[in-house]
Amino acid sequence: MKTLTASRMERCIGCHSCSFACARLVHKLLSWNTAGIRIASSGGLSTGFMAKVCLACSPAPCAEACPTGAMKARKKGGGVIHKKDLCIRCGKCAEACPVDAIYLDLKDRPYVCIHCGRCVEFCPHECLELVESDKGRD
Amino acid sequence: MIRDYFRVLVVDLGSGKGRVVKVDGRNEFAGGSGLGALLFEKYGHADRAWDDPDQPLIFSIGPLTGLFPLMSKTVCSFKSPYHDQFAESHAGGRSALAIRFADYDALVITGRAERLSCLSLGMKHLEVKDVQFLAGKDVFSTGKILRSMFPGSGHRSILRIGPAGENLSAMACINADTYRHFGRLGSGAVMGAKNLKGIVIQGDGSFALPESKEYAKIYQQVYEKMTATDMMSKYHNLGTAANLDALNELESLPWRNLQATKDEEISGITGKKFADDTLLRNAACAGCPVGCIHIGFVREKFMEDNQYLYRQVAYDYEPIFATGSMLGVTDAFKVLGIMDEVEKAGLDVMSGGVALAWATEAYEKGLVSETETIIPLAFGDAENYKKAVQYMGSAENEFYTALGKGSLVAAAKYGGEDFACVLGQEMAGYATGEAFYVAEGLGFRHSHLDSGGYSWDQKNDRKDADEVCDFLISDETGRAFLTSMVSCLFGRGVYKDEVLAECLKSVGYDEIAENMDLIGERVRAMRWKIRFETGYDPQKISIPKRYHEITTWKGKTDPEYLEKLKYEYGRRICELVSDEALGGLGLKKNE
Ligand code: SF4
Ligand code: SF4
Ligand code: SF4
Repeated sequence: MKTLTASRMERCIGCHSCSFACARLVHKLLSWNTAGIRIASSGGLSTGFMAKVCLACSPAPCAEACPTGAMKARKKGGGVIHKKDLCIRCGKCAEACPVDAIYLDLKDRPYVCIHCGRCVEFCPHECLELVESDKGRD
Repeated sequence: MIRDYFRVLVVDLGSGKGRVVKVDGRNEFAGGSGLGALLFEKYGHADRAWDDPDQPLIFSIGPLTGLFPLMSKTVCSFKSPYHDQFAESHAGGRSALAIRFADYDALVITGRAERLSCLSLGMKHLEVKDVQFLAGKDVFSTGKILRSMFPGSGHRSILRIGPAGENLSAMACINADTYRHFGRLGSGAVMGAKNLKGIVIQGDGSFALPESKEYAKIYQQVYEKMTATDMMSKYHNLGTAANLDALNELESLPWRNLQATKDEEISGITGKKFADDTLLRNAACAGCPVGCIHIGFVREKFMEDNQYLYRQVAYDYEPIFATGSMLGVTDAFKVLGIMDEVEKAGLDVMSGGVALAWATEAYEKGLVSETETIIPLAFGDAENYKKAVQYMGSAENEFYTALGKGSLVAAAKYGGEDFACVLGQEMAGYATGEAFYVAEGLGFRHSHLDSGGYSWDQKNDRKDADEVCDFLISDETGRAFLTSMVSCLFGRGVYKDEVLAECLKSVGYDEIAENMDLIGERVRAMRWKIRFETGYDPQKISIPKRYHEITTWKGKTDPEYLEKLKYEYGRRICELVSDEALGGLGLKKNE
């Protein structure tokens, strides 16, 4: 299986095109928040940008913390699947994520990357790539 | 989020309370410039001074903000401290998307806070916080402290002012997210007069996508044009700084207070020089994949034993002209050093640089001395310019206070009006010829971007006042529509009329799409109407003698033609607000 890695974030210009693409194409929303990848400046714009995105931990702390099984580990290669209809919006998954990659919207619905790679083609600076999950994990 | 009215947040700083107001007129005014004028008509007071607490400070976005790339700017509308007339200034950064995702079309800020304050707002909150402890703080430290006080890194916009704004300088800007500015005509002083140090906008909402299948398709097409073609490469490659070389070559780059239009020394400050030696990286406004913001660095030894500090400074054509060629500073790093000081003080870089160029010539000619300037001023002396910038920001003495109100205000006091490079306000860097002098001098924003006067000059050497005015007048309409959308003007190569119309239709704004020309006309007329009501008179604007003395690739300025052009353009602008013209657009004159 493949995972998304934000491997060249030093190139990032902060355009948020990736987040918009994910929100639009994966979650069918217009937003820069409700997306699997979110861009933040680590302390003002002069420090450059970082991507808040799922690292495909295996085992996945968010899945382990989920009381209902709504957040589940993918079968192989790390990463999770979120089943909206099983979710009680308790926020435990977001709390458990060590890198703040799960976003809770204003109604506490979680948003997490599903490693589909649709954002990749919208990054004008090739900061993002989709790689086989046994590579790219360091 | 797609609505046939405007959703506006009106905040009164006096009470610290706001209310959400529905304002009609979406199909007539679109947003941005048009909405700003509409809201000024509703909340502003043409007959009261700019610093009256009741005057509104307005930020508005367009119907496609957040929906398409490069729809990334915000329009700020206000009564200007520079000339006490209605004015407009534009900036990007994250402001536009933050307003969009907080679910507003515009913010209107009225009243005056009792103590220095910061307004913070988002989808779920609204608060006016006392920040008296930030009094006198520069733009950088203000930004840092506000960032730590309010949550939401990456998805919020921080607008703030520096000392210049607090001191009510007519050249004070509003800094938007570190690298962008509402620069011209003194919006920073309007915040200062309201005791408003900062505005933090959290864009935390998310919205349903437009339902049409067309939307996804057109988005893809526009996005590809913006990134995959070379259409936009001039903006992210060398950026606008590439123009330095070009304009110098064309004998159109102002040097040393416009005593020359070309100089060999250009080699130290070309776009390529900046890119090769100083460029750290590019950045973008949120929602813009082009990334035209060029960030260079300054590095300073602050102690022996090789103790250095460094700072990052965004550069562009205009700032390099204003603090480089105009001041005779021809070392890229020194130019960035001056820009950095200007940035900290919260001054508009173009106005500040050009004013200091005037001050330098006045000093050389003996009209002012160190009694006024505190330090000697000389073209090329970057170190003293840095100090002078601080004195301007802090309104250090009578001289710098006057200078901060404009070169002509200082010149009225100390002499030297002939060589003040003022075209409505301190000039932009295009000494291209008569069409530009008149277009910037009389134009609505006193900006080279009101119309393409500068580009007309670069392409034509005919002296036909009617032809030029036809061009200026017709060019302004399309720009008024674009700034109502509010697209970045760099996107105008992609956002041709047909493309814009398709974009608008794909999200449900059919009526706007069908009336783009009419809306452009109406917005333009509405802006001018308010401008006249607040005291604009083209006859009262003079073009200083310095412009008669210079030579461009077309030769010497022709004073007779300049006068004729000025008269004719003024007359055409007056025509735009005749009863008949306004009536035809459904607008009325206020009595
Ligand atoms: S918010 Fe939903 S997915 Fe997350 S832990 Fe709770 S139930 Fe599981
Ligand atoms: S890989 Fe897919 S889910 Fe993950 S951020 Fe990109 S678009 Fe969103
Ligand atoms: S699309 Fe690429 S450059 Fe733009 S914000 Fe995302 S990672 Fe950064």
